[in-house]
Amino acid sequence: MNAFDYHQAVDAEQAIEQAMRRQQTRYLGGGTNLVDLMRETVERPAALIDVSTLAREIEETTHGGLFIGAGVTNAELAADPRVRMRYPVLSRAILCGASAQIRNMATVAGNLLQRTRCAYFYDIASHCNKREPGSGCDAREGFHRYHAILGASSSCIATHPSDMAVAMVALDARVHLRGPDGERSLALSELHREPGERPDLETVLAPEELIVAVELPPLPMAAISEYRKVRDRASYAFALVSVASMAALDGDTIGDVRLALGGVGTVPWRARRAEAALRGAAISERAIDTAVEAELEMARTLPGNGFKLALARRLMTSELKARVADAREGGES
Amino acid sequence: MNPFRDPMSSDRFDSESSGVALAGDYWRRDGKPDALGTSDRVGQPLSRLDGAQKVTGRARFAAEFSFDGMLYAALVYSTIANGRIASIDRDAVESMPGVALVMTHDNAPRLNTAPVFLRSPNGAAGDDHPIMQSDRVHWNGQPVALVLAETQEQADAAVERLEIEYRAEPAVTDFEIAKGQARAPDNVLGGPAEIALGDADSAFAAAPHRVDATYTTPRHNHNAIEPHAVTLKWSREAGTEILRIHDASQCVDLTAASLAEVFDIDAAQIHITSPFVGGGFGSKTLWQHQILAAAAARVVERPVRLALSRKGVYRVVGGRACTEQRVALGADDSGKLSALIHSGIASMTCHNNLPEPFVQATKCLYAADAIRLSIEVADMHMLANTFMRAPGESVGTFALESALDELAERLGMDPLALRERNEPAQDPISGLPFSSRHLLEAARAGAERFGWSGRAATPGSRREGEWQIGMGCATATYPYMRMPGAAARITLSAKGATIDIAAHEMGMGTATVQTQIAAARLGLPVEQVTFRYGDNMLAGAVLAGGSQQTAAIGGAVIAAHRELVTALLALVTSDSPLAGLSADDVVCRDAGLAAADDASRFADYAEILSGAGRESLSVEAAAADSEELAHWSMHSFGTIFCEVGVSEISGEVRVRRLLGSFDCGRILNPKTATSQFRGGMIMGLGLALMEETWFDARSGRIINPSLADYHVPVQMDVPEIEVMWTDIPDPHTPMGARGIGEIGITGVGAAVANAVYNASGKRIRDLPITLDKLL
Ligand SMILES: Cc1cc2nc3c(=O)[nH]c(=O)nc-3n(C[C@H](O)[C@H](O)[C@H](O)COP(=O)(O)OP(=O)(O)OC[C@H]3O[C@@H](n4cnc5c(N)ncnc54)[C@H](O)[C@@H]3O)c2cc1C
Ligand code: SF4
Repeated sequence: MNAFDYHQAVDAEQAIEQAMRRQQTRYLGGGTNLVDLMRETVERPAALIDVSTLAREIEETTHGGLFIGAGVTNAELAADPRVRMRYPVLSRAILCGASAQIRNMATVAGNLLQRTRCAYFYDIASHCNKREPGSGCDAREGFHRYHAILGASSSCIATHPSDMAVAMVALDARVHLRGPDGERSLALSELHREPGERPDLETVLAPEELIVAVELPPLPMAAISEYRKVRDRASYAFALVSVASMAALDGDTIGDVRLALGGVGTVPWRARRAEAALRGAAISERAIDTAVEAELEMARTLPGNGFKLALARRLMTSELKARVADAREGGES
Repeated sequence: MNPFRDPMSSDRFDSESSGVALAGDYWRRDGKPDALGTSDRVGQPLSRLDGAQKVTGRARFAAEFSFDGMLYAALVYSTIANGRIASIDRDAVESMPGVALVMTHDNAPRLNTAPVFLRSPNGAAGDDHPIMQSDRVHWNGQPVALVLAETQEQADAAVERLEIEYRAEPAVTDFEIAKGQARAPDNVLGGPAEIALGDADSAFAAAPHRVDATYTTPRHNHNAIEPHAVTLKWSREAGTEILRIHDASQCVDLTAASLAEVFDIDAAQIHITSPFVGGGFGSKTLWQHQILAAAAARVVERPVRLALSRKGVYRVVGGRACTEQRVALGADDSGKLSALIHSGIASMTCHNNLPEPFVQATKCLYAADAIRLSIEVADMHMLANTFMRAPGESVGTFALESALDELAERLGMDPLALRERNEPAQDPISGLPFSSRHLLEAARAGAERFGWSGRAATPGSRREGEWQIGMGCATATYPYMRMPGAAARITLSAKGATIDIAAHEMGMGTATVQTQIAAARLGLPVEQVTFRYGDNMLAGAVLAGGSQQTAAIGGAVIAAHRELVTALLALVTSDSPLAGLSADDVVCRDAGLAAADDASRFADYAEILSGAGRESLSVEAAAADSEELAHWSMHSFGTIFCEVGVSEISGEVRVRRLLGSFDCGRILNPKTATSQFRGGMIMGLGLALMEETWFDARSGRIINPSLADYHVPVQMDVPEIEVMWTDIPDPHTPMGARGIGEIGITGVGAAVANAVYNASGKRIRDLPITLDKLL
């Protein structure tokens, strides 16, 4: 690790000011990802501006949604009774991730902006376009068991590793930002960029822009929502494939559905094609199969991650069936 | 870890052996029970004596010792697998804050090559590469520079700045390619690389029922909870240079002897202590980090601490080699084996001497009319592989015991019945009688407790929701050994006794069990006995490896105990109740000696000592030679039972139940023994389901050197584990005990694979059993 300066920010405005005053700064949340990367010298900031003590509240919005401060820890968010009641998929996703210790430290903003776990990205002796644009991608012909089958490019196939973000994109979350040019907000699904030719550019954040909150809109159907994560051991491992799902019925048709995938995409993957195919469709196994195929049609696999296509297909199918069954039960009771 | 000498190898009959009945085995040399050793207190579940120290953080490990004026070290690791260092720019780094030394091959002191384990009698080193003596790079990850600085952070920052250029040369880093040049090693653990009994190939060709399959196992790396570390200091005492080392070690004496060769000094000038070790598993031997730290400390004349990071352990400390094994079994209609062939290839370097001995277990498990066992190695540019808990047996039993299961299926037999059908009357290869073999009793008792009769004979026929449920079993085994060199000193005073022996405590409970045994032998309460270990200045040289330490210590303590009793009896006066008795006539009890046949003839130690005008009495004795191995085939045995669920949707495997039923002689402390078995079995679950080093075949670089990416089981992967044992003492070992440290990991890989087959109908022959293989 290299030497660096450390500043504790007192509020968002001051954090941004401090960031603008220096070169090569990084905001610091729980540090569970950034500090690891600094140890490996993948990240070499000259200064850290600690924002982990800011924005620690979860507040009700006027329409029955939640406004979650960027500094709320993963553990606090997962345990919040409102989240557990209204958005169980989010609690589950968070609790499937990392370890209790890490969740106690990790923040909402830090989780969204955590970087890929691609082993070649972590190893500075390897070639990696994300770490060093133009240097090549050692994962493509190397170990890529954990890599993406959706949204990848010839320059990078790394996944976005977050579980929490998968649940949040399924819930239509919005991120609230504040930067040198003021405040703005955007859909979480627009925050992350697919790698294209520039895998080093991971989000649409402007320099020094700070995430201040994540807003969850009211979504009654989310009260029955699930997160299923499949991984290489029972706990403390990143997703091979994960599925966030929920459904609402309208008689014998599917009224609304939300489906998002983890472990397969270069960004938290909202399965919009599958959703579109299902919305308004008569409930049937065929409809589900067709929807799943519509989403996975664009998948591109490599020798080491080809199994994810079959795995994603099976998981999406079984989860969708289960959500339809849940919704039927919910309707009857 | 494994022995210096293979008990099965050529020198198995010594010249004076006149037959089995007269074997100088160990219960006592005349074959009678050791009267001094019988005591009820052995076998009690005494809790770890160091438990409180460990959970309160008071136990100090190698990286927690410090010396005044100590510098901190950091290493730079090569990024090529073969070639030369073209340039290293030391200047920029030498001027960084706090930096005291930048050591590279240009300025490192001259060092002799370290003697290699199993190749030299003093060898504790993993390989025989020169250490920082030239610009040559031999593996991807080799230390190429060391920085010393006033703080660890300064040292770490400095190594990041060091610019190094390499001239890479072609390297063999792909096992698939290396296999093409496989060769027979000149020996396997001191024995031959190929063993043949009859014509196995013809017998196999003629057999009515056959299984012929290839099994592969990946590389594994060591992940002891305590990463390797050393804190050391050179000083002068009375004109002599002394090297004082706090190490994390499972072989303090061998390490001292090896370092003496490296630095051209006398082993007596090196003092190594290692009071606590956070797990060894075969890895806590001598690697480059201790040597480099000592070399650098000598240059700057200041003490040094070098604590490897987790990643550093992957770069510097060898792991388990990958293997590709063929098992071919031929049987008649009754399941009787006519042919047993177990052969294959393991990765290795020509700079070490450990061909992964994956046929070890096959040597003793089954009677077959014809047997052929052989090991070849594929040389690669890689860090030398080394011992890792049950090297050979852990991966070898995966292949052998999977094949047995496949054969049982083909024959329509119960897998346990097939094993029973082939239970040998004597050692299948050497023809020696077994010292004590109660594998079938263990298997039956285990089957009963596990509910093996509930196993569905047809794969895929039991399910709960999306989970297919199956059961599997496999035989576990690990050889008994007792290496030469053990000796013990016992010092007795009115306050109690101290036992000194250069043995090791790596978390197994050795110190607890040995205190317990010594207290029982001496007739003292546990509180009055101190067991001192982990110090090369103490008596004897005992390797904590090969599951042999307990027996080795036992042999030494038995000898020293007898010596002590003899010395005590020599002190008694003619009016003592003990007058005229010899060591064969007495027992130790109530802190004193009593005639074995007349309890009223008693004198306590304090009396005997004060009567002779002595404060204390100290004796030292060496263990008798391990002759038992020349006369008996000696192994621990067991059967592992496993129940798994396999998700039909995701292919995930969940181990629901695991039971090990063992036959390892007498169990000395059920509590610490259970932990050893259970720990081994958990490591076996890792081997079965997830452990795998990602060795990049293009670069020879390990790219998952962290516990985030290299998976070992977490709490949720580990089900309730049951452990049981026969507790039948082996009459030919010290204390009736055989080793228990390594056997727990053996058999587990196959038990899981067989259960997965029973659950899903899918036979996985390639470890680890990850879910993609089941989709
Ligand atoms: C061993 C291990 C296993 C893990 N397993 C999982 C898993 O299974 N699933 C999973 O989802 N995650 C997993 N994680 C990742 C974990 O969730 C993240 O490390 C954590 O969420 C990051 O949060 P943080 O607050 O510590 O971020 P930090 O490390 O502090 O920061 C991460 C990034 O966010 C930036 N940042 C932080 N706050 C802000 C802000 N307010 N505005 C703008 N930028 C900001 C930082 O500059 C940095 O670039 C694992 C981590 C580890 C180490
Ligand atoms: S997949 Fe992306 S992150 Fe991984 S090595 Fe390739 S470019 Fe780098």
